Amino acid sequence: MPGQEQIRPQRRDGEPDDADAPEPAAAATSAQTSEIDDILDEIDGVLETNAEEFVRGFVQKGGQ
Amino acid sequence: MTVRRVMGIETEYGIVVPGDPAANPMVASGDVVNAYARSRGIRPARASWDYADEAPLRDARGFDMGRGQAHPSQLTDVEDPTLANVVLTNGARLYVDHAHPEYSSPEVTTPRDAVTWDRAGELVMREAVERLATVPPGVNLYKNNTDGKGASYGTHENYLMSRATPFASVVKHLTPFFVARQVMCGSGRVGIGVDSRTPGYQIAQRSDFFEVEVGLETTLKRPIINTRDEPHAVADRYRRLHVIIGDANHADVANLLKLGTTSLVLAMVEADALTDDLGVRRPVQTLHEISHDPTLQTKVELADGRRMTAVELLWEFHDRAAAFVEDRSGGEPDPDTAEVLHWWSTVLDRLGRDPMEARREVDWVAKLAVLDGYRERDGMGWDDPRLKAVDLQWSDVRADRGLAHRLAAAGRLEVLVDDDAVRRAVSAPPSDTRAWFRGACLERFPESVVAASWDSVIFDVPGARMLQRVPMLEPLRGTEEAVGDLVRGAPDAASLLRALATVAETPADPQGPDPAP
Repeated sequence: MPGQEQIRPQRRDGEPDDADAPEPAAAATSAQTSEIDDILDEIDGVLETNAEEFVRGFVQKGGQ
Repeated sequence: MTVRRVMGIETEYGIVVPGDPAANPMVASGDVVNAYARSRGIRPARASWDYADEAPLRDARGFDMGRGQAHPSQLTDVEDPTLANVVLTNGARLYVDHAHPEYSSPEVTTPRDAVTWDRAGELVMREAVERLATVPPGVNLYKNNTDGKGASYGTHENYLMSRATPFASVVKHLTPFFVARQVMCGSGRVGIGVDSRTPGYQIAQRSDFFEVEVGLETTLKRPIINTRDEPHAVADRYRRLHVIIGDANHADVANLLKLGTTSLVLAMVEADALTDDLGVRRPVQTLHEISHDPTLQTKVELADGRRMTAVELLWEFHDRAAAFVEDRSGGEPDPDTAEVLHWWSTVLDRLGRDPMEARREVDWVAKLAVLDGYRERDGMGWDDPRLKAVDLQWSDVRADRGLAHRLAAAGRLEVLVDDDAVRRAVSAPPSDTRAWFRGACLERFPESVVAASWDSVIFDVPGARMLQRVPMLEPLRGTEEAVGDLVRGAPDAASLLRALATVAETPADPQGPDPAP
């Protein structure tokens, strides 16, 4: 997949796909689903254990 | 016609003292800079910053803002000895900017090098975090641009451009480009509105914080086009375009495109090659609307009445750039330009077909794929704190905790620059700009360099009555090719200064030393 050349499809007024929900395309293969599952399993292992406290404590002063 | 020009990226990192949200971020940021400086044997009292040429209140439109009118946060040139500030051997500046540690990359000439030295900055910050972790609670750093609670901090791009180009042309053509660019380069964010008051997901970290079309400010009333005119170079020849609208990237492709496509559009503006007007109506509102629609179906309304999506508008810019490159390069663009054009069309193609196809190349898509996975698996709503935690931890600089780093290590992000090249760039300057001279002097003669800035290096050599200031107002001089033998051949700084003085009449530059002011 990386770097492969693409033939440009019709670009103007492409058919509205997937309505409003930014979900993975309906055509998502089971391979893609298991890829995401693998990522989630990995992230589960390192995600801040108390998400609520972590998010609440992430307070910044504005910068540029 | 090329993507090549003098450019660089400056990034303010989010900073957290674990378990202590009330900790003073300026003190913590100073700790970051000093911890890194100590780890590299840099004494902050030496190698400090030379502010002689800084003029942050100069406006590209041709007037100065009075200091009395300026918000204190705009006064970046006031020297405060309590603020840590060092120059690194790779030519970068590491310092405390407001309440954040900032890494300003050395000047580079290609988008690929910009990615390399930007990622080197992440390793600098990671090293500081590791050092500080030895004294709990330590400090954690995040390469992102908002806390989701109303505060934003910047990732700025800088492009050296011709002074002869009317600034009005820059505003006219770059405004619509920047409104649309976020769909290729945004880093994604959980929450809509500056303080995330509406649950949801949006494309860019920064977009909600932009309120006006053109202006000098960077910390309030942020403008799509920033007019700061502080070239750090020969002012009647060059302008430094200071771009404040971008997000910090982890995806190499998005980062490459951020710099590369902007440089190409700028090249067309400089050549006056954009004959038609792609201006959009209500640019600020449109910027927000595009960011709020990850389906990419939102239509932009052009000044001439045409309506198209952001991807389609970017195709308009792409096609003009591709034709321009083809025309000017005789069909044989340099490799850096060819690489940018390849990824530009590839990413637009994927975004136009199904945005999720660009999850290896574009940060906001990669992040959304993970968040959607959680939403599906665990039935989370957009206001679930775990989704917000994923959003923040995405940009943690630590290799084991940062989710973007985990994805890259697992081969799930397209990596353009290998880790070894990034590691080398932590110490080594780019060879083809004045950053080479700056970095090499700090590497070879750390005891003798008392200060440096983008356009000068100041030496204190034994026996000299005054400090010696070497001006570097030409960013493409002071390269390894021009002065490498001189610098490497000099046994000490005094010898180097003598050698430079004898070649000052040649175009080798840096020009011979002047007495410091």
